[in-house]
Amino acid sequence: MRAFSYERAGSPQEAAAAAAAHEGAQFIAGGTNLLDLMKLEIETPSHLIDVNGLGLDTIEATAEGGLRIGALVRNTDLAADQRVRRDYGVLSRALVAGASGQLRNKATTGGNLLQRTRCPYFYDTNMSCNKREPGSGCAAQGGYSRQLAVIGGSEACIATHPSDMAIAMRVLDAVVETVNAEGDTRAIPLADFHLLPGDTPHIETVLAPDEFITAVVLPRPLGGQHFYHKVRDRASYAFALVSVAAVIQPDGSGRIALGGVAPKPWRNEAAEAAMPNGARAVISRLFEGATPTEDNEFKVTLAERTLAAVLAEARG
Amino acid sequence: MRFDSPAEQNVSDRMKVLGQPLRRIDGPLKTTGMAPYAYERHGVAKDQLVGYPLGSAIAKGRIVSMDINEAQASPGVVGIVTTLEMERLPKVDWNVAYLFGGREIQHYHQAIAVVVANSFEEARAAAALIRVEYEEDQDATYDLAAVRQERLSDDVEPIDNIGDFESAYASAEVTLDATYTTPGQCHAQMEPHATIAQWDGDHLTLWTSNQMIEWSRQALATTFDLPAENFRLDSPYIGGGFGVKLFLRADAVMAALAARKVGRAVKLALPRPMSANNTTHRGLTIQRIRIGASQEGKITAIGHDNATNTLPGGDGENGARATRRFYAGENRLLINRALEIHLPESNAMRAPGETAGLMALEIAMDEMAEKLGMDPVEFRIINDTQVDPSHPERQFSERHFIECLQRGAEVFNWASRNKAPGSRREGAWLIGHGVAGAYRDAPAETSGARVSVRPDGSIRVETDMTDIGTGSYTIIAQTAAEMMGVSLEVVNVDLGDSRHPVSAGSGGQWGAASSTAGVYAACLALRKKIAERLAVDPEALEFSEGYVRYNDQQTALSELASAGSITAEDSIEFGDFRSEEYQLATFGAHFVEVAVHATTGEIRVRRMLAVCDAGRILNPMTARSQVIGAMTMGVGAALMESLAVDTRHGFFVNHDLAGYEVPVHADIPAQQVIFLEGEDPYSTPLKAKGVGELGICGVSAAVANAVYNATGARVRDYPITLDKFLDRLPEIA
Ligand SMILES: Cc1cc2nc3c(=O)[nH]c(=O)nc-3n(C[C@H](O)[C@H](O)[C@H](O)COP(=O)(O)OP(=O)(O)OC[C@H]3O[C@@H](n4cnc5c(N)ncnc54)[C@H](O)[C@@H]3O)c2cc1C
Ligand code: SF4
Repeated sequence: MRAFSYERAGSPQEAAAAAAAHEGAQFIAGGTNLLDLMKLEIETPSHLIDVNGLGLDTIEATAEGGLRIGALVRNTDLAADQRVRRDYGVLSRALVAGASGQLRNKATTGGNLLQRTRCPYFYDTNMSCNKREPGSGCAAQGGYSRQLAVIGGSEACIATHPSDMAIAMRVLDAVVETVNAEGDTRAIPLADFHLLPGDTPHIETVLAPDEFITAVVLPRPLGGQHFYHKVRDRASYAFALVSVAAVIQPDGSGRIALGGVAPKPWRNEAAEAAMPNGARAVISRLFEGATPTEDNEFKVTLAERTLAAVLAEARG
Repeated sequence: MRFDSPAEQNVSDRMKVLGQPLRRIDGPLKTTGMAPYAYERHGVAKDQLVGYPLGSAIAKGRIVSMDINEAQASPGVVGIVTTLEMERLPKVDWNVAYLFGGREIQHYHQAIAVVVANSFEEARAAAALIRVEYEEDQDATYDLAAVRQERLSDDVEPIDNIGDFESAYASAEVTLDATYTTPGQCHAQMEPHATIAQWDGDHLTLWTSNQMIEWSRQALATTFDLPAENFRLDSPYIGGGFGVKLFLRADAVMAALAARKVGRAVKLALPRPMSANNTTHRGLTIQRIRIGASQEGKITAIGHDNATNTLPGGDGENGARATRRFYAGENRLLINRALEIHLPESNAMRAPGETAGLMALEIAMDEMAEKLGMDPVEFRIINDTQVDPSHPERQFSERHFIECLQRGAEVFNWASRNKAPGSRREGAWLIGHGVAGAYRDAPAETSGARVSVRPDGSIRVETDMTDIGTGSYTIIAQTAAEMMGVSLEVVNVDLGDSRHPVSAGSGGQWGAASSTAGVYAACLALRKKIAERLAVDPEALEFSEGYVRYNDQQTALSELASAGSITAEDSIEFGDFRSEEYQLATFGAHFVEVAVHATTGEIRVRRMLAVCDAGRILNPMTARSQVIGAMTMGVGAALMESLAVDTRHGFFVNHDLAGYEVPVHADIPAQQVIFLEGEDPYSTPLKAKGVGELGICGVSAAVANAVYNATGARVRDYPITLDKFLDRLPEIA
């Protein structure tokens, strides 16, 4: 870990201003991802802006009938919220399928969206990694890639985004709200929030360096049945090989997003039209243009089968 | 004391304290955080500095240069030791890879420097500033399968070549020829390797975490070229070892080198991301097994050809080991190909050889039973042997494998199992049942102890035996309590200190049997001393309730020792009869029920039963803990544990506990353990053997067989992850 300076921000805009004022600054929320990465010198911020005291830890009803989730709401609290459990079950289930109880007690809504990949080569600073060190190459290509992306990746990077929460939020059409140093706010649909790697895998979201997440807004509840089926090598406390977030309506229509397969929550509204035709039809649309490696081509089959399991459960 | 003939009736047979399910006497210290582990021993040496290691970034080659200027100038840095400052340090044979010194790199994350600073954070930050230039060897090989393929025609001296395997196999009525693979496995123990080192002139004290105190003292003597007497090791609490702490390792060497350089005490722990590649692992194996049998199910030929990775000088994971002695069969060809692969050091991990070997053999037995149309329990029973198949003149001292199978089948309700693979369904889940046998040798090693009666009537036991979370403290205390006729509460046990008599240490499943036998010997010596004081025949003495009773008289132990402690020391040595005339081993049977999601292939273990035959059980509670822990590890080996090899760079990629998955609570169902009543007088005076390694043997194959039974998909490549059989699950709607 490199030495860094530290401050506590007094307001969201101040936090953003502090980020603008310090080259190489980062916000720290729960710290469950950032601190690990700092210890390994994968992240080397020169300045930390602690945003834990900003009060953004409430969940409030919006005028539109949805919920505004403060960026500092802990994963545990979000998963346990009555309204979330009743109206957005997919989100609650996704959250409790992630990490461990202790981690979820610390992890925040904003931090979860911005957690970084679990690509094992990203974690080993002896290995080349375009995400960690732009231009150095990608050791995962041709290496051990069982966990990595089958679609959406590029020559430069095939890492996945590891969040479970984000997959559910994508299905719910969540919107990320931000503020910058000037006090300008914007609302970014989650669909547009994470970027595919292309030639710049180190740039993971559309956020500007001084842009601070204040909240995530959920639109009105969708009704229907909510599922989050996360498949992994052990029963708990592991990242997804494949996960399926789904909201399914009584008429068989619905929404689906996949985790564990791509650099961002993987959803394609057009593929959802194929739902009445079954899992295979949906998956073949979702994975059009997929470029799996030998290690991870099973994920395509697994995604199809997991979706089939969800659809079967929905049929009851 | 020499153990030269089978044990007869003796004091330990009272079984008032021994044999009772007593809680671990060190339990409260551990659950309250009061048991100090090596890295936390802040009080033992003043002004401790902190060392942080640097591991090699390449797997094989040489260091061209190292630039430590920036690191040296980093805040808080007191000193740096680099591998270039010295010749390669000598090692003992137990270690395969060298631990420190010189330019040559033998494996990834080999220790090449240690930075000493005032704080952990400063040391770590500075270590990242060392610049190293390497020259990589281009001829290194990291791919076991490829090397095995190239070298299959090598002439290898078989371990056993008995009868005429090839022709017996060729003429057998029913045959199986299958190849199984097991991956490298990581010990993944909770407590990392850690040491505090302090020199006093040319005397060194190490507060460390090590299973084998005396081996390491000897290794230090070799490494630092000083008499063994100059070294003191102290390792009272060990947060797991499983074989990875059997030997001197780089943490201790670096701490010692660093402490010498800066002239102060230095503490150092191996960071988790370094431990998989810096220390040792269970070697990878590729095992070809051929079995030939008659229609009636009698094995006539058994061939086991194991290939495994090792650095020069090691023998890797010898999967053929258990096959030597487990099943009958007149014609036998057993081979171990220890192939030179430049991955990190493969070495002992819990039941070395047997674990990986039985992962394969016990699937093969299941496949064979199916070919024969036999119940796999029955097939194993038919092929039981009461003599060592490789030396038929040697009997097993005690072998109740058949009873393990039968008792297990009854308790598990094996008769009602799913008999046709892939045919039992509960909702979305396919249900399957599996069985496997367990075999593990029961060695014993010389072991000493010092026992005292103290003025307050308490008993103190001192030995360099270690407790790696196994329960040594407790069974040693039980032994002394039994022998000296006192209650467990007044026995005080001090372990893991090289100033105490040399014990067998913890390894190879010999620890419990050997160390308690050593305490037994020392207690007999103490009883004799007391008899001499009282001028009575030791045989006439009875020790009970804190008193010595003889000829209608009685004296309290506290009274006897009122003028000062009475102390005796002895050690047990095991006569050749134990290893030469008889084969001593432990046996077991594992029964497992799994559910496999018919659509996604997710596997959930639902029930587990182990039946163990391991001589006298010294403490059913600690023994059970050993076995359920081992069963848990067996589930890990079956379903998830695998060190992923990068065959280009030559290292284990998933080198932390996020990447190397071991079972979590949600993976482990109710586990039942049954110990057969019994004692083995050929083993030790206490008639006990070990269980800690037996418990893992065969477990994974029982899980594998259950998965097959559930799905009809046979997977011969561990771990059994769903990607390996997804395409063989029922079609989806
Ligand atoms: C062992 C382990 C297992 C895990 N398993 C899972 C799992 O199975 N599934 C899963 O989904 N996750 C898992 N996680 C990841 C966990 O969910 C994340 O670490 C956590 O959500 C991050 O939140 P945080 O508040 O701690 O973020 P931090 O570590 O504080 O921050 C992460 C990043 O977000 C930035 N940031 C934080 N808040 C804001 C904000 N308001 N505006 C702008 N930037 C911000 C920080 O600058 C930093 O770059 C696991 C983590 C660990 C350590
Ligand atoms: S896949 Fe991406 S994160 Fe992984 S090594 Fe390649 S560039 Fe780095």
